[in-house]
Amino acid sequence: MTCLHIQSLSKSWGAVRAVDAVDLELAAGGRAAIVGPSGSGKTTLLRMIAGFETPDSGSIRLDGTTLAEGGKAVPAHLRRIGYVPQDGALFPHLSVADNIGFGLSGERRERQRRIDELLAMVSLEPAMLKRWPHELSGGQQQRVALARAMAQQPRLMLLDEPFSALDTGLRASLRKAVAEVLREAGIASILVTHDQAEALSFATQLAVMRQGRLVQAGSPEQLYRHPVDADTALFLGEAVLLPATVRQGKASCRLGELSLHQRREDGPTSIMLRPDQLRLSAAGDGHPASGLVLDSDFGGQDCLITIQLPDSPAGQHPGVTLQVRSPSLTAPRVGSRVAVEVCGSAHALAG
Amino acid sequence: MSDSATRTAGRLAGQPAAALPLVRVGRSRGLVFWAGLLAAVVSLLSLMPLGFIAAETLAAGKDSIVELVFRPRVAELLVNTMQLMVISLPLCILLGVGTAWLTERSNLPGRRWWAMLAVAPLAIPAFVHSYAWISAAPSLHGLWAAVLLSVIAYSPFLYLPTAAALRRMDPALEDVAASLGHRPLAVFVKVVLPQLKLAILGGSLLVGLHLLAEYGLFAMIRFDTFTTAIFDQFQSSFSGAAANMLAGVLVLCCLLLLLGESALRGKARYARLGAGSARAQSRTQLGPVGALCGLSVCLVAAALSLGVPLWTLGKWLLAGGVEVWRNEWLWPALRQTLLLAGAGALITVAAALPAAWLSVRRPGKWQRLLESGNYVASALPGIVVALALVSIAIQWARPLYQTLATILLAYLMMFLPRALVSLRAGIAQAPVELENAAQSLGCPPARALWRTTLRLSAPAAAAGYAMVFLAIGNELTATLLLAPTGTRTLATGFWALTSEIDYAAAAPFALIMILLSLPLTALLHAQSRRSAGR
Repeated sequence: MTCLHIQSLSKSWGAVRAVDAVDLELAAGGRAAIVGPSGSGKTTLLRMIAGFETPDSGSIRLDGTTLAEGGKAVPAHLRRIGYVPQDGALFPHLSVADNIGFGLSGERRERQRRIDELLAMVSLEPAMLKRWPHELSGGQQQRVALARAMAQQPRLMLLDEPFSALDTGLRASLRKAVAEVLREAGIASILVTHDQAEALSFATQLAVMRQGRLVQAGSPEQLYRHPVDADTALFLGEAVLLPATVRQGKASCRLGELSLHQRREDGPTSIMLRPDQLRLSAAGDGHPASGLVLDSDFGGQDCLITIQLPDSPAGQHPGVTLQVRSPSLTAPRVGSRVAVEVCGSAHALAG
Repeated sequence: MSDSATRTAGRLAGQPAAALPLVRVGRSRGLVFWAGLLAAVVSLLSLMPLGFIAAETLAAGKDSIVELVFRPRVAELLVNTMQLMVISLPLCILLGVGTAWLTERSNLPGRRWWAMLAVAPLAIPAFVHSYAWISAAPSLHGLWAAVLLSVIAYSPFLYLPTAAALRRMDPALEDVAASLGHRPLAVFVKVVLPQLKLAILGGSLLVGLHLLAEYGLFAMIRFDTFTTAIFDQFQSSFSGAAANMLAGVLVLCCLLLLLGESALRGKARYARLGAGSARAQSRTQLGPVGALCGLSVCLVAAALSLGVPLWTLGKWLLAGGVEVWRNEWLWPALRQTLLLAGAGALITVAAALPAAWLSVRRPGKWQRLLESGNYVASALPGIVVALALVSIAIQWARPLYQTLATILLAYLMMFLPRALVSLRAGIAQAPVELENAAQSLGCPPARALWRTTLRLSAPAAAAGYAMVFLAIGNELTATLLLAPTGTRTLATGFWALTSEIDYAAAAPFALIMILLSLPLTALLHAQSRRSAGR
């Protein structure tokens, strides 16, 4: 069952197409993450869903109601879509209790009961209610902002880089907590972020945007293993890109004959391997994919090893320089020779 | 899928599908439209005097313009104005920058007190300065008297921005210059002074506009400027072509000042003075001779700008005794002043609100045009505003002539920028995300604006209100010309009494005006001390 349904949505700022014919679907209770470099249009897309901007064309539907179509839009305050911006945007002139209760109306006791409930939902102490926003830490502010947005029982929750101002440890734990709260309440959510690790761990569904266009959408695993192009591959994590030739369903490259994840016509192509697919071992003399360790960059638990592979013995593949992570304890020394093994199949990139 | 997800879906399915209205206007477009309309009306209103002078000049025809403008009287006024500017401005700059440096960047003994005393003359209306001096030395008149009083009354306009700029300046720049082998004096000239350029230019523009616009100060010491000449002309021949042409030349002078300042300012922004530096600035250690010189400069300045007025005022109050406080005009004048200032400030702040909101939330071509319109209009002297309003009222809206509405409109035109500047700063501190958040929580745009941005800019609105209130409280020129018959404010009451040379009776009026102005002066002082500035 689809909850959010976006069809060929576009928005321009002058001559710049900020969002260009984007299609997106989100299942009820699903968690989507939109990632992309800054200026890719992800925030504009989010703001159109929230109702802060009106799309030039295309439509947004939520549970069968039309929120935007043909240049017309439902005003933000009628949408019942929750919104948590980057810095929380807590009202500085209201206490925590009044911030959470901002969207609540009705009898005072009932309102207070809801506020207490919401505060507990985001795991904050009741003593916090009397505090002012400036007396809270960054993580607490974001929790209050989430509780405030949850108060109106939103049909969809939008998170606009809500963790990016926090430090690394807090970030991960708050991300988990937010995902948990949303899952419990069964609220579908969309997270916008430029941090690929955050997106991969938060989302059940991932969408990559670049220059206003939706480049690829799918499950995090699917996008990580099988990105549509080199840019997407590199955006979602470290990758080794190699030129290759496809022959009878196999890719022949400097690292040997590799099986391909998808069917490809014969001819030259470019393949991608994730660093976790590469293993280093001490090289016997005859190993076809062996090279010289040029550099070893110590990084704590693992080292980044730079390996120079010469032209292949038969001369059909030019030499390459690879960067491979290796556990520090067993990392090869600079100047030694190593063989590079590949696990799993390679992924051929388009274009 | 979890239980709760199904529950949510069920609840959502229960919602009427077509209940939400699709509207053509996007987010708060309606609000932007109305705010834009109101801001445009206010801007057009405040440009009315300029339009009036232009229309009158066009209507007068070439011959009449030549006859009225190219005559010895105009030349004489021009020479007076030029002399006043050329002599007073450098002196104001010297005194303002000098005292600012002494109080901010040297170890002058008692510098906190000197800093307060440097700002305090602002609490004394310019024409009260004049009154104090003329009643102490009745023979005082002419150019040099005008220069003396202008420097005394207006150098705080240079002190305030310069002191603020000195405070915000990044000491690292000076350290770097010193490490590059510059002596302290060279550092001051090559690094500090250039960074003060904007503050000095801004302050000088303010002083220049005051010199052009001031009536009371110069009328009392019988020094003729365009403003006093227009006033006399108006009183003798009412709104004649002669007065209008003089006003035309005065307006040209103002516009020239504006242009000159913006040309000199150029594109210079210099190093971002930013949110202040964590490190305290070093103070120059004055030797005994330096300290003595510094102290005497500050002492003489304070004696002339505060000592003489307070001493004279005290003398007259003592001489008048209890009797002067029984003046039947005094308390009604206070009441009327409070009433006019209260109502005028309220209207002005309300009128400034749409433009201020637009300039922060929807900056653009039209908004910038409106803003420059307001800026030019604010540079027009009160006498020009009054002249235009009187003439327009007489010609087209007779029932409005000499009514409360006209005088309040004049105040609005003259003091709009004070409210605007204050409100704009306040609104800029309320992030737009708060309005968005409120809307996503179910608040319609106007209510979201009210509950977040306007609520948060209330202190700024109050500061703007206070500024306008006190400006109106001390306003003389426009009030003399426009107020309904029988109106007597503290300023006009004071003026009437000094015109009859009843200095003792005028003293309580002056004292109350000074007491009313003290809070504003304290506010300005506090603002300039807050290093964040802007």
